[in-house]
Amino acid sequence: MSVTNLLDNWAEVRHFHPIDDKPHDPYKWAMSIDLDACIGCNACAVACYAENNLPVVGREKFQHGQVMHWMRIERYWNEDDREFPDQGAEFLPMMCQQCEAAPCETVCPVGATNHTQDGLNSQIYNRCIGSRYCSANCPYKVRYFNWYDYPTTDNVWPAEMNYQLNPDVTVRGKGVMEKCTFCVQRLRAAEVTAKGEGRIVREGEVQTACQQSCPTNAISFGNLVDPESRVYKQWKAQQVDLAKDEQEKDKQEGGSDLRGYRILEDLRTYPSVMYLERVRESAV
Amino acid sequence: MKDIREDIAWAKINQDVMKSLENPRPMYWVILFFAALVLAVGIGCEVYQYRTGMGVANLDNPHVWGLYIGTFIFWIGMSHSGTLLSAILHLMHADWRKPIYRFAEAMTTFSLMTAGLFVLMHLGRLWQFYYAVPYPNERWAWPNFQSPLIWDAMAMFTYLSSSVLFLFIGMIPDIAIARDNMHSGWRKKLYTLLALGWEGTDRQWRNFRMTYLTVACFLIPLAVSVHSIVASDFAVSQQPGWHVTSFPPYFVAGALYSGCAAIITLFIILRYVFKFEDYMTLPILKKVVRLTFAIAMVWTYLNCVEFASVWYSHDAASKGVLIQKMTGAYAPFWWAMIFCGSIVPLIFAVKRFQTNIPVIFATSLLMNLGMWLERWMIVSPTFSHGYYPWTWDHDQWPSMIQWGIVFGSFGWFTLLFMVFCKMFPSVSMYEVKEMVYHRSLHLKQNGTPVEQTVEQGVH
Repeated sequence: MSVTNLLDNWAEVRHFHPIDDKPHDPYKWAMSIDLDACIGCNACAVACYAENNLPVVGREKFQHGQVMHWMRIERYWNEDDREFPDQGAEFLPMMCQQCEAAPCETVCPVGATNHTQDGLNSQIYNRCIGSRYCSANCPYKVRYFNWYDYPTTDNVWPAEMNYQLNPDVTVRGKGVMEKCTFCVQRLRAAEVTAKGEGRIVREGEVQTACQQSCPTNAISFGNLVDPESRVYKQWKAQQVDLAKDEQEKDKQEGGSDLRGYRILEDLRTYPSVMYLERVRESAV
Repeated sequence: MKDIREDIAWAKINQDVMKSLENPRPMYWVILFFAALVLAVGIGCEVYQYRTGMGVANLDNPHVWGLYIGTFIFWIGMSHSGTLLSAILHLMHADWRKPIYRFAEAMTTFSLMTAGLFVLMHLGRLWQFYYAVPYPNERWAWPNFQSPLIWDAMAMFTYLSSSVLFLFIGMIPDIAIARDNMHSGWRKKLYTLLALGWEGTDRQWRNFRMTYLTVACFLIPLAVSVHSIVASDFAVSQQPGWHVTSFPPYFVAGALYSGCAAIITLFIILRYVFKFEDYMTLPILKKVVRLTFAIAMVWTYLNCVEFASVWYSHDAASKGVLIQKMTGAYAPFWWAMIFCGSIVPLIFAVKRFQTNIPVIFATSLLMNLGMWLERWMIVSPTFSHGYYPWTWDHDQWPSMIQWGIVFGSFGWFTLLFMVFCKMFPSVSMYEVKEMVYHRSLHLKQNGTPVEQTVEQGVH
């Protein structure tokens, strides 16, 4: 273990700007969510609980804000001056934005959260020591900490419920940080199958749990570097460029009529999730 | 009034200080008992938290840091004034520091140790803390050198080890005095070991001076860097209210401020408990009070700079945090911080109060409270008013467990500090002698001229 090794390794994982990073070859997983289609039914959140072995913490801990929903549905009122039901309810599904330049990655003291070559922001549970600096520095506040030992002492999954757990996903103990992984277990399985057949993962071959359960197809997910994918087409149509912190269309006089935007883009986090703005009658 | 009486005999200095190792006032045992009690409460809370999970502290998901980090900064900050007194004022030849720098340096060491505890017990997986240490391992996994927490750990460890070294080196001649005057027993053996065979020869003094000066010079940049690095934990992050360029100097000023306030508190306690009235004199206290007043004003100024730069930056998020601090759920604490930190020290502008011990004692406690609140007000409000609206107005109040651990840390610090003061001379005997000698020389000079050779012999 030499100094050279240290410097080399370090240089490999750290980048200044996503453009300088290795090209996303052949995958860059990304998402787009149509807020016009979202009806706020929470099916995605429930599916996420089932797929990723999230603990249901119970009423008391929920009230203490110690809930573990990787995917959360936020509700906003867009038309404050009107009375319900015309108040303009809007739902926003929020999960880890898988930033290309993630603020959480640089601050982790042990390097437990890193960037993968297919553009995911990974979390290594075994390496995490629970300093919670990542969550403190996350602008979206989408990281969830295991405040208690849910699997054992809290007994979230009693013995008879063991078969309910997804065997492809670990059950996390107390003291580690976790967050949305874009259902990395599904992605890896699909990538491995495709590699065995000497091809890349085709559009529609892999779905995230939230996407799969969405009744209105509000969520699209896929490979952003594959021109055949729905995500690629949507990002292209909305003129949203992954590697920009301000989109060309927004620089125009009077803004743009296109609905695509990324949340807190100007912080230069380069998030991998694009939202499609809700169209309101009052705005038309 | 003079800093110290010129007519104290050297033998009396030895006697008075050695007495502090033997029989302090009964108040000493009262303080020790309460410190141990408070520490026991803290340990109980920590054991419960360790076994159950961090959730018992009532931290929650967007609000992942709380009093622990705030109190951690408080203890780190407190450690800075010891170095100011012992190293910086040493280089500036301010000789009034001589009777009081020893306990200030001890305060530095013990408050750093207390801060270190907070780093550890704040971790979700305390048992894996060594992942943050760059040690050779078969996985070739290194800590992330880009993380300010790693800088923090390294800066703190460097500072702690150098402060212990500095404290020890400065004590060697005094430990030798203790060795020579102590009746035989385990303490005599301990002093014999620690005195490193000190005999007070010319050569030993020469080497001692050089070493002491070198370590002092080494320590000064550390004192500035450590709190700047703690400030980077916040300034390097992206969060509104933390991402402020002026944080490092602001933190260093705050550190010196709270450290000086703590020195005043401990000064008054030690003076009473160990009967040090002849050495820790009112004129010296007055000088410390004036120093504290000056630093308080610097801190107030830097506060204004921060508010102004946030206000005029037109950065909506940072401004939102500032407004929320002033008017939101944290407002009572924030205004208490302003009151204790900026308004209360103004009392020292009145000359009469600069030597009034009850007033100074109460004021120093209030200033420390203010500085503790300041650290909490840096950490918590940002979590309840960040960039993302989902976190807004999301207040989080510490649970009794969290309060218990914070409380316990004060017991831990007091216990260590008080035990140290009874184990080792907390007034530097050889430097007080030096001081007395210089003063008496000065007196003689005014009367009859003194031979040059005598004065040369001193240095």
